[in-house]
Amino acid sequence: MADIVVKTEDVVKEYRMGSNILRALDGINIEIERGEYISLMGPSGSGKSTLFNMIGALDRPTEGQVYIDGQNMSQLSQRQIAAFRCHRVGYIFQSYNLLHVRSAHGNVTLPMIFAGIPEKQRNEKAEQLLDLVGLGDRMYHLPDELSGGQRQRVAIARALANDPSIVLADEPTANLDTITGREIIDLIKRLNTDQSVTVISATHDLKMLDVSDRIVDIRDGLVERIRNRDEIDIEVGEVGGEGE
Amino acid sequence: MQQRTPIQEQIDLPFVESLRISFQSLKIRFGRSIITTAGITLGIAFLVSVWTNNEIGLALQESGRQSAINTFEETTEKGISTKDIWLIVMSLIVCVVGIANSMLMAVTERFREIGTMKCLGALDGFVVRLFLLESGFQGFSGALIGALIGTLGAVLLGLKDYGLDLFFYFPLLPAQPEDGTMQLGVIVVILLGCILGMILAVIGSSFPAWRAAKLPPAEAMRTEV
Ligand SMILES: Nc1ncnc2c1ncn2[C@@H]1O[C@H](COP(=O)(O)OP(=O)(O)O)[C@@H](O)[C@H]1O
Ligand SMILES: [Mg+2]
Repeated sequence: MADIVVKTEDVVKEYRMGSNILRALDGINIEIERGEYISLMGPSGSGKSTLFNMIGALDRPTEGQVYIDGQNMSQLSQRQIAAFRCHRVGYIFQSYNLLHVRSAHGNVTLPMIFAGIPEKQRNEKAEQLLDLVGLGDRMYHLPDELSGGQRQRVAIARALANDPSIVLADEPTANLDTITGREIIDLIKRLNTDQSVTVISATHDLKMLDVSDRIVDIRDGLVERIRNRDEIDIEVGEVGGEGE
Repeated sequence: MQQRTPIQEQIDLPFVESLRISFQSLKIRFGRSIITTAGITLGIAFLVSVWTNNEIGLALQESGRQSAINTFEETTEKGISTKDIWLIVMSLIVCVVGIANSMLMAVTERFREIGTMKCLGALDGFVVRLFLLESGFQGFSGALIGALIGTLGAVLLGLKDYGLDLFFYFPLLPAQPEDGTMQLGVIVVILLGCILGMILAVIGSSFPAWRAAKLPPAEAMRTEV
């Protein structure tokens, strides 16, 4: 039987702006299996980030339920939600969202500080993770002293700090050039296969297609279709790497 | 659907850990911290100079010195004149608005940081505590410097008005002259200035920090400054 990590049930998100109501998500139903690499594809404004926020407990749905590891997220206390963000999920953002007052190393240790991990242990873990993402020689640089690709690597190391079961990535390559973007995708894919982390990535980067197990096409807040790996391979040939 | 280990409750951080994080933040953002602190310094310097100037005036008037009485003649009957009260109230308002404004700016530009920390597992209370510590420290050091500058300013003004007599009758300590007016003395004024600066800085930052900490992280991180 499939082991479902993430399940959304008729998730609706409305944003209220004055008297206007914008329905960013219009009833999303998806199930994601443990260890999958899922790409949420869709044009800008289709609701990818909004769905990302719902799955990652960074915002609450207006209607519907999100289940992670079988747990209904709307039933968690504030403290449980904080613990969930700390332990279960690693977040990677388009704009890196590193704390610019902390070094690469300091950024990676922060989630471990919140988890109450002793200093010596978290320092070692941070060094190990920064090595893993190829930043062993830049550990004590501040984010301002790093390139975009390097910053995203720090963000990836930070996302892995507390051994999450899910990594959520919101357009992780959108601010990077093609080659650097490719490297970041390969790195995330490597975590997915080597450490069997479930990866859910919002993107409109077609380079993401060939590493994905499934692709969820989102349009106007709805799931338009879900494609499997074998269907994708054919289409990659057809599309030939054209951008959105 | 399988149920894995249930989600536990997030722990509170030890106080030293918060202290370390807040001081590191102050250190790295030194330039910005100085600007925020300077806002506090200015407000308190203005308030303390007006206030101390007034204390000096009262003390020298009390001493019965002719020079003092001459200077005070037009504006003073006995004790604090309405003009002085007006000046003190005005400087207090300038001080409150100035500090609240610099703290609000300092917190607003850090909404994204607040949202990010919450993504990594920070509790709302931790975020507020962080800002409380940072602003408390900034408030106290800024106010102390401001109070000293303000006192120096008042002393220079006093020297101009009363000459060296100022030092013979300098109102360092609290006094209660016969006519019933209360003189706080310069030391108390400096102390009050420091406490006021610290309280204003803490309120001015922890209120917006609390509001930001309550926001879902997605919203806090959307704020671009
Ligand atoms: N906090 C918000 N307030 C108002 N509207 C929002 C907010 N967040 C997103 N939206 C709107 O919701 C829609 C979906 O946005 P988003 O999920 O960011 O799309 P994507 O990530 O696919 O580009 C867009 O029309 C966007 O303008
Ligand atoms: Mg988006």
